[in-house]
Amino acid sequence: MYGNDFSAPNGATDEASGGLLGEVEAAEAELRAAAARGRRGGPAPDEDLAAYFAEVVDAEQKIEPRDWMPDAYRRTLIRQIAQHAHSEIIGMQPEGNWISRAPSLKRKAILLAKVQDEAGHGLYLYAAAETLGISRDELVQLLLDGRQKYSSIFNYPTLSWADVGAIGWLVDGAAIVNQVPLCRCSYGPYARAMIRVCKEESFHQRQGYEILHTLAHGTPAQQAMAQDSVDRWWYPSLAMFGPPDGDSTHSAQSMAWKIKRFSNDDLRQRFVDMCVQQAEILGLRIPDADLRWNDERQAYDYTQPDYDELMQVISGDGPCNRERMAHRRAAHADGAWVREAAAAYAAKRAGQKETVAA
Amino acid sequence: MNGPFDFTLSLADDALIAAQRLAEWTTRAPEMEEDIALANIALDQLGAARLLLSYAGELEGAGRDEDALAYLRDDREFRNVLLVELPNDDFAVTMAKLFFLAAYQLPLYTALAGCADERLAAIGAKARKESAYHLDHGALWVKRLGDGTEESHRRMQAAVDQVWPYTHELFVADPAAPVDPATLRPAFDEVVGPVLAEATLTQPGGAWAPAGGRAGVHTEHLAYLLAEMQVLHRAHPGAKW
Repeated sequence: MYGNDFSAPNGATDEASGGLLGEVEAAEAELRAAAARGRRGGPAPDEDLAAYFAEVVDAEQKIEPRDWMPDAYRRTLIRQIAQHAHSEIIGMQPEGNWISRAPSLKRKAILLAKVQDEAGHGLYLYAAAETLGISRDELVQLLLDGRQKYSSIFNYPTLSWADVGAIGWLVDGAAIVNQVPLCRCSYGPYARAMIRVCKEESFHQRQGYEILHTLAHGTPAQQAMAQDSVDRWWYPSLAMFGPPDGDSTHSAQSMAWKIKRFSNDDLRQRFVDMCVQQAEILGLRIPDADLRWNDERQAYDYTQPDYDELMQVISGDGPCNRERMAHRRAAHADGAWVREAAAAYAAKRAGQKETVAA
Repeated sequence: MNGPFDFTLSLADDALIAAQRLAEWTTRAPEMEEDIALANIALDQLGAARLLLSYAGELEGAGRDEDALAYLRDDREFRNVLLVELPNDDFAVTMAKLFFLAAYQLPLYTALAGCADERLAAIGAKARKESAYHLDHGALWVKRLGDGTEESHRRMQAAVDQVWPYTHELFVADPAAPVDPATLRPAFDEVVGPVLAEATLTQPGGAWAPAGGRAGVHTEHLAYLLAEMQVLHRAHPGAKW
């Protein structure tokens, strides 16, 4: 009864996610087709492992956990999937900040369910990473030690209720644009996890859009709240696609491995083009005086985000980096005695069963 | 108490305040799986609260909907028991509160499912299934913590001692109500006793039985909880969300 008990306003149906849900479904069909085609069971005994790996990737088949893969491919995937999982877990904080103050019981239920979904995404992404030979505990420790990153967007504060809407519309929207191509990633477990995540993210994006739509058509104070929120979240959302293509360190190799399918700038452009129309329907202004349609490129010209600010936030000096990490570390430390108790209890139970069996 | 409105409102407020407290755990739980479980239980309580509040509003017939009842009443008008408004404290206290509340709500909703009021019966039939899960979850943690490590045993016993006095208010007699809470006590005792025993915990005695919630006389904690819950809604009178 919770989580989906609202109807989308006009314009917030399929177009709200720019038709991306269709692409997720196409990726799912492709995945099934690839599985049905089958691939050679494995390399011949004397075959070059690297050549076999390349053949599977080139044939748009999926690499599975049992397969040989280059060490760098494994490391890249662990880094990327873990960072994604960490982002889901840390990303619960800015939105969780408004659960207690949600302005209606319906909104409270939807937000609580949404934040819960993010915990679920975190869990199955950690599970996908575990197929690469690393444990969730190790990954969590890497996060807590500051040795692995999470998406820098979550280091911005949620200062008003409208920010919950803006996170859904812009941040989840950008995440979907980023993640839809990952549904076709060459690594099977990640591709399958992403299909599930994208379907739920698309729902999240719609609820954010709907919050903003309601505010933008509400009282003058609500309208101002919505516009202020879009003003603050627009450029950080653009920065979510990472540095411009010329400065991106991991891109070329990831494209060759078919982990990544489109460049940062291509995805950013796609996101901008998707948002402009939606902003018009919302009746909110995108804070970019230079935003205009370019007939030649068949795309919008827009102002780039401040990449120096992005680098500053990534390196730890965003508005909330310290708080986000302190919060996660405190939850982990405060829960240690509970986890120890659960382990001790389970061990006692196992011991009793053995005694009974003997 | 008088009338089905007060009765319905009291159950609604129990569920609403319990949901608000449980949701405070989001992003803070000892395990990620537990974060999800506590959110689930909070959502169940919130769902029941919304159904009950909406029905209470209809019974009252003064045009108040679920949000008017949740956001625009002051603490003196809330009818929940004190148990649900107590701060979360540590995980053991939260589990003691969850376990005792579920051990009361399960027989309550079960009885409600068979009562003459069709709307309350339907809500009871739905909510009892959820309460059964809450009870399982709470009981499992009471046992894990009670019979876990030395530290968890100490904390769980302290939590039971701390929360136990507040359970008595759950069963204050109300013979005119669709379900008289006093009739639920045996079912509660039957569940709670064995779980505490298995958890190697001592069931507290003592005569102190704080109450007043059903009459709108609360602990100092409720007004703070409401101040936070209601702040945004009240800052924009008449706005739609």
